[in-house]
Amino acid sequence: MKRIEAIIKPFKLDDVKDALTGAGIIGMTVTEVRGFGRQKGHTEMYRGNEYTVDFLPKMKIEIVVPDSVADRVVGLITAAARTGSIGDGKVFVAPLDEALRIRTGERGDSAV
Amino acid sequence: MTEATRRTLHWRIIAALVVACLLAVGGWVFAQDKPAAPAAAQAAAPAPPPSKPDPGGTATGGVADVTAKTAGKPTLEEVADFSGHNRVSINLMWTLITGFLVMFMQAGFALVETGFTRAKNVAHTMMMNFMVYAIGMTGYWICGFALHMGGLGAISTMGGTGLLDSEFAISLFGKDFGLFGMKGFFLAGSTYDVAVFALFLFQMVFMDTAATIPTGAMAERWKFSSFVVFGFFISMFTYPLFANWVWGGGWLSQLGKNFGLGHGHVDFAGSSVVHMVGGVTALAGAMVLGPRIGKYNKDGSPNPIPGHNIPMGVLGCFILAFGWFGFNPGSTLAGSDLRIAVIAVNTMLASASGAIFAMFYMWKRYGKPDPSMMVNGMLAGLVAITAPCAFVSSFWAFVIGAISGVLVCWAAVFIETVMKVDDPVGAIAVHGVNGAWGVLSLGLFSDGTYGDGFNGVEGTVRGLFYGGASQFVAQVIGTTTCFVFIFAASWGFFKVYDLVFGVRVSPEVELEGLDVPEMGVHGYPEVQGPATLVHAMGLSTPKAPAMSMTPERAR
Repeated sequence: MKRIEAIIKPFKLDDVKDALTGAGIIGMTVTEVRGFGRQKGHTEMYRGNEYTVDFLPKMKIEIVVPDSVADRVVGLITAAARTGSIGDGKVFVAPLDEALRIRTGERGDSAV
Repeated sequence: MTEATRRTLHWRIIAALVVACLLAVGGWVFAQDKPAAPAAAQAAAPAPPPSKPDPGGTATGGVADVTAKTAGKPTLEEVADFSGHNRVSINLMWTLITGFLVMFMQAGFALVETGFTRAKNVAHTMMMNFMVYAIGMTGYWICGFALHMGGLGAISTMGGTGLLDSEFAISLFGKDFGLFGMKGFFLAGSTYDVAVFALFLFQMVFMDTAATIPTGAMAERWKFSSFVVFGFFISMFTYPLFANWVWGGGWLSQLGKNFGLGHGHVDFAGSSVVHMVGGVTALAGAMVLGPRIGKYNKDGSPNPIPGHNIPMGVLGCFILAFGWFGFNPGSTLAGSDLRIAVIAVNTMLASASGAIFAMFYMWKRYGKPDPSMMVNGMLAGLVAITAPCAFVSSFWAFVIGAISGVLVCWAAVFIETVMKVDDPVGAIAVHGVNGAWGVLSLGLFSDGTYGDGFNGVEGTVRGLFYGGASQFVAQVIGTTTCFVFIFAASWGFFKVYDLVFGVRVSPEVELEGLDVPEMGVHGYPEVQGPATLVHAMGLSTPKAPAMSMTPERAR
């Protein structure tokens, strides 16, 4: 199993969700997060004073998938979340030891 | 049949039954009406009140409605009596209704001030705006009104009753300088009178507008207990004294009669009396309080602390702009004075140009049209036109608003970056600076079409550009007096109170947010978690631990 974590622009969430559900992914967890990368935030004005927005709002999607489909899912997320401009986000993939479905007690691939 | 379709069918049947009932009842009512009309026409001959319907409205009201000994045949004296009573009725009604509109401005202030401050202080900021209405009214009833209006003399638009006839004055240079009134304490005794009560209502909501202005500049760090004492202080002493000098027959209003300076200090609806008093009090209070933690860096440069709810601020601004149709046109104290049309149009024009010029100024200077500054711009236009609204043409009204729109943006930044006074909502720039600009603009642009006999001086009110240089001098004296007296009295009050009891919350309370430590409840509990969680962190001790909520119950 692989655990895929994607940090994307908030307004791209629907596109990514549609792409994944269309490809048969049946579950995901989404969190509103803030952070910065190479872009290092940006500056705004409020009542004549400049201020730096260090931590920009992003969406974090977490999904767990069998090893066999991980590459395809990463491809789908990348394609759906890309705008081509700065701040599009990142995708991280990590191996996962175990998954357990609380209601039924199933384990492994059948639990996700 | 599924559950969903059954429910749809159910609602359709109910809707059909309701429509059928309406049609049946309506049809019956109209059917009843038909035979009634010819019957009334037949019986029309001598019986006076005709009972036939008047859908056009032209026949309702007539000679039979004039109170007379012989019904339908009033004498000339009876007609004159009746028309005088009508005139006063219209004026009294107008004064009351516009007063009700001004009362609603409290809601506007509450929304603007709360929207432009942070979520952790909403309950505290809201309740200052709420309680100032109740506290201010009480203080004004006890002695504020008496000091303010006790020596007014005859209320000419409301029957001319001269019940408020006692002014304390000192004699200087052979002239009387009225300082405060001495009649109308608790509205008791001989001031138990309809005209006096109408005047009280109208003047009380004006005083409350001034009293609620400092709560914005002093928000997010002011101790609630200190605010309560302040509410009595401004409504019982500072506001009534200055208002007496301008509106109660006091010495500033007599500058014209005594020293030939135009019509004396003229302030039609309160740019100085209401707004500048509020703004200058706010300045003194914010200076004694000091800036919010985190507002200024070590090198003195300011950090912006954005408000938490822009829609709330904008809605508040619209409510204020609506209430201003009571504030300015109501200040005629007369619905029979048709100048109210000019006043109302001037008021709205200045609000428009204020917002437009604030928008363009911020856009050009800082890159984007700042929402909170556009709101401040509209309010600044309204504040500035409040004094001259009755005396200027629509062109000058637009210009006065336009200048105030730029002035408020410049002043807000100046107060923050140069004077280092932290005013979260821009109250000092909006009400203090533009209040001063408003009364001065009256001394420049008044065109001499209105105000004959104002403050007991013959002739209309003319500004500097219309041949009235001495009027401008009177305006300068009034503005200076307002600043010096109100700043000194308010600064003294806040400073002494601070030394004895303290006006500011502790840094721990300020950082946590004033809602729970000061008021015992979060304004937005679902966002910030139940109050008991904060108590559990040891920042304050819960009085009743049995009330602690699980997360489910909190929701």
